[in-house]
Amino acid sequence: MATIRAEGLYKIFGRKAEQALRLLEDGADREEVLRLGVTPAVVDASFEVKEGEIFVVMGLSGSGKSTLIRMLNGLWEPTAGHVHIDDVDIARIGSKRLRQVRKDKIGMVFQHFALLPHRTVVENAAYALDIQGMGKRERFDRAAEALKMVGLGGWEEKFPAQLSGGMKQRVGLARALASGSDVMLMDEAFSALDPLIRREMQDQLIELQARLGKTIVFITHDLNEAMRLGDRIAMMREGRIVQIGTAEEVLNDPATDYVAQFVADVDRTRVLTAESIMEPAQAVIGAGTGPRTALRTMREYQVGFAFVAARDRTFRGTVRDEDVAVATNRGDSSLDNILDPAAIAVHRDTLLADLFGPACESSAPLAVVDDEHRLVGVIPRVTLLAAMASAATDGTEAPQHGESGDASGPDADTAATYEGSGR
Amino acid sequence: MRIGEFDLLEPRLRLGDAVEAAFDWFTDTFRTALDGVSAALTGAYNLLTDILLLAPFYVVIVILAVLALVVRSWRFALFTMASFYLIVAMDQWYTAMHTLSLVLVAAAVAVALSIPLGILAAKSNTFEGIIRPVLDFMQTMPPLVYLIPALAAFGVGVTGGIVATVIFAMPPGVRFTNLAIRQVDTEVVEAGQAFGASPRRILRQIQLPLALPTIMAGINQVIMLSLSMVVLAAFVGAAGLGGEVINALMRLDVPQGAEAGLAVVILAIYLDRMVAALADRAPVVRASRVRT
Repeated sequence: MATIRAEGLYKIFGRKAEQALRLLEDGADREEVLRLGVTPAVVDASFEVKEGEIFVVMGLSGSGKSTLIRMLNGLWEPTAGHVHIDDVDIARIGSKRLRQVRKDKIGMVFQHFALLPHRTVVENAAYALDIQGMGKRERFDRAAEALKMVGLGGWEEKFPAQLSGGMKQRVGLARALASGSDVMLMDEAFSALDPLIRREMQDQLIELQARLGKTIVFITHDLNEAMRLGDRIAMMREGRIVQIGTAEEVLNDPATDYVAQFVADVDRTRVLTAESIMEPAQAVIGAGTGPRTALRTMREYQVGFAFVAARDRTFRGTVRDEDVAVATNRGDSSLDNILDPAAIAVHRDTLLADLFGPACESSAPLAVVDDEHRLVGVIPRVTLLAAMASAATDGTEAPQHGESGDASGPDADTAATYEGSGR
Repeated sequence: MRIGEFDLLEPRLRLGDAVEAAFDWFTDTFRTALDGVSAALTGAYNLLTDILLLAPFYVVIVILAVLALVVRSWRFALFTMASFYLIVAMDQWYTAMHTLSLVLVAAAVAVALSIPLGILAAKSNTFEGIIRPVLDFMQTMPPLVYLIPALAAFGVGVTGGIVATVIFAMPPGVRFTNLAIRQVDTEVVEAGQAFGASPRRILRQIQLPLALPTIMAGINQVIMLSLSMVVLAAFVGAAGLGGEVINALMRLDVPQGAEAGLAVVILAIYLDRMVAALADRAPVVRASRVRT
């Protein structure tokens, strides 16, 4: 498995690149450097992509994201800085070794698919293996396997011209998968596809990633796509990375006004998860406890409901105060009779959008559980509504943040694009 | 107003003399090489002419028609038979076959030289910067001018004609190849690079196949220019239809001029359609035509 580490990467286009680099390193601002007639495409970018992570680089066109990804496999040579793939600094090795690293470790998926039109689907999917020098039968077998993985079994002998856009990109994906490399660079891989197909491809990527655990760098200008796919997101603007964080961090704690304005349009209910808004469960009662103790606990916390969990915190259900009172009067020795087994538990990764249904069905707060069905928190309805309310206020507040009216900020047009895509 | 020999008010620079001197030096220095070139070109030309004229005309016509059928269509094959039979009927067969040989040899040499130069120009901006004005120069120079050094270097005969034709016909071959390779989708080239392909492999497996239809258009241009130049080459003694045309011109012989001219047109149509059909069979073009 592989990791990527970028340190102080610069890419400046133009004759006076070196001069511009020194200016930028001394802290000159963009305007000053532009006067030299150079284009600073990437400025001082540092980040680390962990093994098995989807790292999304998000920015509008011209923000330098495509240049950045092309430096990660040496298609562009950085003006300054280092790119480490595992322990090899690919900005510092000769072209022959660089080709070897690309063959062994790095696959790439392109915005416009970049298939060879005169080769069949299976030949295209096998192309990386052809370059690696693998024999025909073996590489066709591997390619056919990869095609099956992306749902294109049976299409081997077709030509790219016979495929729809989504299918072409599946071939592009299969080519990168078949190459056997651990790192996948995806340059606006789904941007040329229409929204429905794009959604489908995103789902497929998530599903494949769960199985294969590649180290993926994904470039996009679609914030919703970034939020959906990214384990972490790097926000880029004018060549600089302005923030790196999880979708929730970017949403809840934007580092700059630019990011804040950007994320203002995001549908939070489709990004935030139960875990991010849940509260600690206070009235938790052991499964073996009697009604009398339960009642005391609930009085202590002044709540109408209590959550019943086993010794290992496995969630069992909820009890209501009236029922507990009745049970106490009856002299029951356990809570089994009054335990509501249909009490609703939601997984910690459930999106806010999917919590409204369950919240309507039960008057008790929602229990949030982890993979082992252990109780990790609760979401009272009020909390859910409050989370929604803060989303709404942020949305209306956003234009007041510094840069509205600034031509370089995300304008109405781009905001409309995000709304139209991926939702 | 004189500066040494030069009179500013009645200027006369003997630039032509300088060119002649340089040219003389060139021919003297590379005499052996030039003789080798001459022998090779004449040899190829004679061989091809012998083959075309050894067999009876109807055998050659049938072969040309079969090629037309294989590459293009039965309608084109019929056209080939009729039109080449017309050449025979106009008593231009012998001269037409000489012209055909000249064109094929000259075009083959021009293509063999221009494609590598075009590739080089596509790979290197410096080289493109150097060769572009040279090509402009070659194309704007009146074609008859090429005959003078060709005559001087190779004497009267076929070789001078072929060399002049090659020089005249090469530029579109270089230009189209350069353009064709530069126009190949950068993303596809990047895909080759990203998966670790060497520049040579990228050229062979990506750039040339994708550029082929445009390169073929260049080759077509080369052949058409060769054909027009081969006629002029008769001025330095290259045989063929050009000789007939010049004779007709000298004697104001309209019928002979018309018949020789028509034979040139027939050759042009045949070669043009054949190359176009070959371009249409390029893998990229075929793959783009398949339907589900």
